[in-house]
Order: sequence, then C-alpha cells, then structure tokens
Amino acid sequence: MVTVLDRARAVAATVVDPELPMLTLADLGVLRDVEVSALGGVLVSITPTYSGCPAMATMRDDLVRTLRCEGFADVEVKIALQPAWTTDWITPAGRAALAEAGISPPGPAPRRDGPVLLSLGPVRRANRCPRCDSEDVELTSEFSSTACKALYRCRACLEPFDHVKEI
Amino acid sequence: MISDDLLGSEAHWAFGTDFEDPLAGVDTTVPDDIDPAALARYCLMLGDDALVLSQRLSEWCSRAPDLEEDIALANIALDLLGEARLLLARAAVADPSVVPSLPDGSPVPAEDALAFFRSPAEFRNVTMTELPNGDFAETITRLLLFSVWRLAEFESLLTHPDAVLAAVAAKGRKELAYHRDFAARWFVTLARGTAESRRRVLTALAGLWAFWPELDAPADVEVVLDQVFAAADVSRPEVTPARGLGRECVHTEALTDLLAEMQSVARAHPRGLW
Ligand SMILES: [Zn+2]
Repeated sequence: MVTVLDRARAVAATVVDPELPMLTLADLGVLRDVEVSALGGVLVSITPTYSGCPAMATMRDDLVRTLRCEGFADVEVKIALQPAWTTDWITPAGRAALAEAGISPPGPAPRRDGPVLLSLGPVRRANRCPRCDSEDVELTSEFSSTACKALYRCRACLEPFDHVKEI
Repeated sequence: MISDDLLGSEAHWAFGTDFEDPLAGVDTTVPDDIDPAALARYCLMLGDDALVLSQRLSEWCSRAPDLEEDIALANIALDLLGEARLLLARAAVADPSVVPSLPDGSPVPAEDALAFFRSPAEFRNVTMTELPNGDFAETITRLLLFSVWRLAEFESLLTHPDAVLAAVAAKGRKELAYHRDFAARWFVTLARGTAESRRRVLTALAGLWAFWPELDAPADVEVVLDQVFAAADVSRPEVTPARGLGRECVHTEALTDLLAEMQSVARAHPRGLW
C-alpha cells in the first residue's frame, strides 16, 4: 500500500535543480528528508550545495509548487545545514545524467579529517571528456559558470567542458 | 509563512540576495553556556570580514586580467557573500539588539538590515578586507593571507558549542580550501613569473603585511603561509605592524566609500518592494 509519505517523497523526488535541470534535487543530494505530520502537512528538508547558492529560493518554490499541484496543501521547506553537502551524495543516476548532458561528474570528495592540506600543484583528477571520452584533458580554471563547477578543455576534441568539482 | 512567500502572493524586499530566512527551520537556540551577545559579536566579525571582502572582490567583475580569473573572483565573492549571510543571520537571532531598528512594517530581513543599515563605525571586519583592491597582485596577496587565516579559523570552529556556527564553518571550510589554493597558486606564479610580476607581488606583500597581526593567527597558520612563501621564494617582510582596530569598529576611509556604494540603493528605498 502506498502511504501518504511514500507519495510525498515520490513527488518531491521529481523536482529538478534549477541550475542543473538534468538532475533532480534527490539525485543531487540536496533533498535531505521528507516528513508528513499527523495532519498531513509536508515538511521538506533541503541543504545548500555552497554557502552562497543563489538557487535555494527557487528550489523551495519549485518543491512547494510541485507538491501543492499534487494535492499536498500544507507544505513547508526547511534548511538542513548539517551535515554539509558533499558531491559524494550525487547518486549514480545523477552522475549518469550529468555525463549525458556533457558535464563531467565529480570524483570522490577529499577526506576532511584533519586540516585541509595546502595544494600548490595543478589539481589532478581522473576525469574524461564527456564529449569524446578522451583522458587527455586540461584544467582551465577551478571556477566556472556556477559555484560547483571547474572548467576543463579536452585536448583531443578541443572542446571546453564543465566538471562538477569535488567538495 | 514560507509557502505564501514562495508563491509570490506577497511583495518582497527588493534588495536581498534571497527572499527568505537562510536559517529557516534550523534550531537556533543558543546553548546555555554561551553568552548570546558574545556569540553575536563574534558572528558579526566573521560575517563582516566576508561581506566586505566579497564586495571588494565583486569590483573585479568584468575587470580581471582574463575571463577565467574574472569568473574565479566572482565565484569566491559569492561564496563569501553566502557565508556572510548565514553569519549575519546567526548574529541577529542570537542577539536581536545588534540589528539596526527600521520603521515598523519594513520588509528588510535582519541580515540585510545588518548589511545595509549599519554605519562604518558599527562594522567589525579586519582592516585588510576593506582596503582598495589595488592591482591583481594585491588582490591575490590579500586573498591568500585572508583565506589561510579564515580556513584555519573555520577548522577550529568545527567543534564550537553553537551548532549553527559549527555547521556554517563545516560548510565554509570546503569553499575556503578552494579559495586559499587558488590564491596560493597565483601568488607563487606571480612571484616566480617575470621581474615585473615579482616586483608587484613583493610590493603587495610589503603593504599588506602590516595588517597581518590584526588577524591574530595561531602558529599552525603561520606554517601554511611559510610553505607558500617558500614555494614563491619570498621571505616575510620586515614591516612595522599597523594599528588595526577593525574588530573594535575603527576603520579607514576606504570602508566608508565601500559601504556608501554598497548601501546606497537599499538606503534610498528602505521600503523597496517587488
Ligand atoms: Zn573531447
């Protein structure tokens, strides 16, 4: 039997990220929790990718609108700050969707047990060109079109591409 | 109610970075053993550092040496603005008396009131963050000194008894690691580049070094900085420390100019709605 909670979760899981619309918020790991109260109110928890993520209001807006459209009249969205978002939460389906859209998915996030060690050399990643699958790629910049991406160039097909950087 | 705002059924404060409380649903109860006023003051220090440097870095927008650096500096500015927003919001909830009072019915959220409606004499940022950008070498050198210190500061906050501050730090440190390494690589590149780029970076460091003591960095921060200096073949300048009193709200004229620009539109339209 499908419960109200199952249905609310399923609906919330269809909402896509405003900046990476090939990905759902669930696949991105931004959708942290969906709860339903005894009175049927839905409480959704989301977490920002970066501190300055400008898309949080749009995400909330989209979640509320979509859930209301599916019959959930009382919807509230709250922020979950802890634990901090990591690219490790992007699901396999999400990674496949990124690659399909020409965006190189992140590798494993660095472990952060002690102080973050200084890295003066070039950043090395085992990523490939999402267009031609070549491994011969070079980093152009650790910062790109949105806070969560680095900019690369493929030396084989010469096309630039975005890489979701590990965090 | 969040949901009403989201559906656009109400007009919104026109100048914020977002429409809603960045701490919506977060438990903001101040733990018993923490003085709320002291917590708010500390959040204002860290928040003002980020806000003011973010504003400075934004001035590079469309003016950086090339498109990639333009985008990098804008991204770093955005990260810092996000940290500032969370920290100012945290300060406002911990001690509402820090928030400037605005007319009844004002649509300005507390963190925006703190950003746009305080005078320079109420800001707690360190002097280094408010100085004019100078050239690219100066901007990079300041970002290096600031990020090395701030990353270590955030790492020390991971175990802070205030869970909100600890969460902001846990998030921000990942971003700051990218900022620090970006600045460190450029610092080394400029120092080991041409005679002119080296001259500029040494000049920048000599000028900024007087403001380093104001950060009051612990020893492990100095170690990281020395690694960068060694890679850049640069030694610590011998400079008399400036009497930086930013934490006590004493500032240079540069902050007045910066805030005048940043605050002018919001102050001209304190009831601005859209
Ligand atoms: Zn390619």
